[in-house]
Amino acid sequence: MKRWLPLVLFVVLVGFFAKGLFLNPREVPSPFIGRNAPAFTLPLVGDANAAFSPADMKGKTWMLNVWAPWCVSCRQEHPLLMQIAQSGRIPIVGLNWKDKDREAAPLLARTGSPYVAVPEDLDGRVGIDYGVTGTPETYLIDQAGIVRLKHIGPISPEVWKTKFEPKLKELGA
Amino acid sequence: MKPGRIKPILLTILLAICLPALANEAAPKAALPNADDPVIEQRLVKLAEDLRCLVCQNESLAGSHAALAEDLRREIRTLMKAGKSDKQVIAYLTERYGDFVLYRPPFKPVTWLLWLGPVLFLGIGGGAWVMTLRRRRDAPTAPLDAKKRAAAAYLLEEK
Repeated sequence: MKRWLPLVLFVVLVGFFAKGLFLNPREVPSPFIGRNAPAFTLPLVGDANAAFSPADMKGKTWMLNVWAPWCVSCRQEHPLLMQIAQSGRIPIVGLNWKDKDREAAPLLARTGSPYVAVPEDLDGRVGIDYGVTGTPETYLIDQAGIVRLKHIGPISPEVWKTKFEPKLKELGA
Repeated sequence: MKPGRIKPILLTILLAICLPALANEAAPKAALPNADDPVIEQRLVKLAEDLRCLVCQNESLAGSHAALAEDLRREIRTLMKAGKSDKQVIAYLTERYGDFVLYRPPFKPVTWLLWLGPVLFLGIGGGAWVMTLRRRRDAPTAPLDAKKRAAAAYLLEEK
């Protein structure tokens, strides 16, 4: 027994390191899960007279997708978002984050828009209120306006199936 | 030159090369340029040194050039100008980004092991040490028989 102790300790240590190796340091736990989605009112891209506020979505389960025209990995998830939008599974709001060159409208006209609304967060303040660290980030918000899920990085079909779908079922949406 | 001498010399050279680089890394430069209010800027730098940049996670919020770090410094500046205390600024950030922004994690149930772990391990090590010492002290010393005594005497004589 005594002879094996160093080996056992070594294996335990390697176990901890192995686990750490596969953790994603970008996946910072969001303090918003289970809390109300922060309120804001922002003008819409392409129509500065119209505004969007999360309160407009009360009664619906919806997704807030933080994206930007300059963000490359946002293009990666774009086809999937289009699919979700076309299937009518859940409405997606696309928060246009720090788009200083105002490229969102022409880009969406070219690629198609998966969004029901595209509020414009020019100085990134609303992003900060949501704890955004980079694009894309997606929040799943329930009918009562409570944040249920946050995903950092592009949504892949696998992420959608294993992370979002089960949560949506749980919420009865 | 004796081989034993080379190591310390190499080490000294290595340290001489590395230390200035380290000092340079630690200096929060990024927060300084737009200092229109030196008092607030100083408070900002002091506070932001203990905060993590969410983009380059090993950089402090004071030293990072990431766009988000700049935005967060702008927000902190605004809050400080509005008369908020350091505590309120930290609350503003942890409300949004969680305890992850703090380089000094708060002492609470989930971090108990983190804070007390070293003491715990020191205790385990110390306990093992004391036990080993006791066992050695209490171990019965076998009396020498004639044969062993003769062998010992022989060895001592030889010296």
